Amino acid sequence: MHALLRQAFFWLVVRPFLLIVTGMNVRHRERLPSDGPAIIIANHNSHLDTVVLMTLLPARLLKKTHPVGAADYFLANRLISWFALRIIGILPIDRSGRAPGTDPFADVSRALEEGAIVIIFPEGSRGEPEQLSTFKKGVAHLAKGHPDVPVVPVFMHGLGKSLPKDDWVPVPFFCDVFVGEHLFGSADHDAFMEALTERIRELAAEGRFPEWT
Amino acid sequence: MSDDIHTSVLMGLGGILGILVAASLTTAVLGRARPAMDLGEVRMRIRSWWIMAGMFSLALIVERGWSLSFFALVSYLALKEYFSLIPTRRADRRVLLWAYAAIPVQYFAIYMEWYGLFIIIVPVYLFLAIPMRMVLVGETAGFLRAAGTIHWGAMIALFSIGHIAYLLVLPTSTNPNGGGPALVLYLVALTQLNDVAPFLWGKAVGRTRVVPSVSPNKTWEGLIGGVITTSGLAVLFFGVLTPFGLLEAVGAGLLIGVFGFVGDVVISAVKRDLQVKDSGALLPGHGGILDRLDSLTYTAPLFFHYTYYFYG
Repeated sequence: MHALLRQAFFWLVVRPFLLIVTGMNVRHRERLPSDGPAIIIANHNSHLDTVVLMTLLPARLLKKTHPVGAADYFLANRLISWFALRIIGILPIDRSGRAPGTDPFADVSRALEEGAIVIIFPEGSRGEPEQLSTFKKGVAHLAKGHPDVPVVPVFMHGLGKSLPKDDWVPVPFFCDVFVGEHLFGSADHDAFMEALTERIRELAAEGRFPEWT
Repeated sequence: MSDDIHTSVLMGLGGILGILVAASLTTAVLGRARPAMDLGEVRMRIRSWWIMAGMFSLALIVERGWSLSFFALVSYLALKEYFSLIPTRRADRRVLLWAYAAIPVQYFAIYMEWYGLFIIIVPVYLFLAIPMRMVLVGETAGFLRAAGTIHWGAMIALFSIGHIAYLLVLPTSTNPNGGGPALVLYLVALTQLNDVAPFLWGKAVGRTRVVPSVSPNKTWEGLIGGVITTSGLAVLFFGVLTPFGLLEAVGAGLLIGVFGFVGDVVISAVKRDLQVKDSGALLPGHGGILDRLDSLTYTAPLFFHYTYYFYG
């Protein structure tokens, strides 16, 4: 039942909305994973980021695609939590790190073992729209634990202009989605994060984006 | 389907079909004869032409409401592309929505053949409304630049392009040879061919540059050759598609030839200013929608008022 609602939401609401209001310019689409398990890493500007990445994957992969979302935000009340868990299909993660000795990525790891495609925004929150903030290292840890799972970096621009944080009226803008070549986790967390950030920076340099203040 | 499509419109569309078939056949033959030649870009360009020509032809033969919806969509995509291309301020997000909101109003005016509203909605009302809405937001840093650039985009994407749509709804009494659709076909086909002709002339005999700092590949030889070719084509087709006499057809050809060039270099200057090569990525092989509409932003209003003055 929920699987059906999820499909209906993506086909009847998300796809038409993205087609008309935003419209996407995707570069290197062939670099997206054609099957799970995979980790997609992207910069985060807008709630739209998640659904855009989910619709760029082939429709047959929707059922095994799960964005990682902050438990404190997405499980705040019953309605949002139902929508986030059942329709978007997020894997909630504890950002506070209050429980020592437990792995905040345990659920994500399990999903990867079951062949899922997980979407992670290592900036941690949407932050200031269209400005890249530092990536948190949790993703390096996760990638190390799954050394055979490809990590696909994606750079996105424009969605933060369309629907930035603290605003609810979408304004039409074309958005760019540049997909990078995948890499694999390594024991050296810093080196991995450096390589990942570098790929995102290279992707960002492929486009020319107007000033937005 | 509209019940009174004139045979001249169908003949014209048949001509476009012929050109596209010829282009596709040429690349196919060339691909066989010289496998080493890289035709990827050309093929992509021709494929986009097929799609654009198909949608345009459909827009000319369906009911007026559908035709106008098509042109409204073109305006919307052009405006969205423009706003995505230029620097904008976060404070102006709501202001941009006002510009978008003018699209249905303008096309409704065209649908109703309400010339008075069509001709002032963007140049007057939207012009006044944009700074007014901006004052309500209260951000003064970059105010003038934002007000100017937002309105300029609406003039190009909405007002200029809207003239093609208004040409479409002109009564049959204006043009007994196929009415509005025939005039639209005449304008659009001549403008698009005029994009190609100077390029070919320039390649063949081009020497002296016209505007080297804006568009280094444009030459006087190309421009003059293009204007002559377009005027020739204007004379060739005026009897079938327009109410014009011979002299008026020559005038229309000169108008489209010269100002198609101007529209082209104006959009080139904008792209240079923004330091982009293409205005977008909507049309594979062509770039963005403004890359394709550039000459029409000048020829559409000018050709419309030329026709309207003599026959409106």
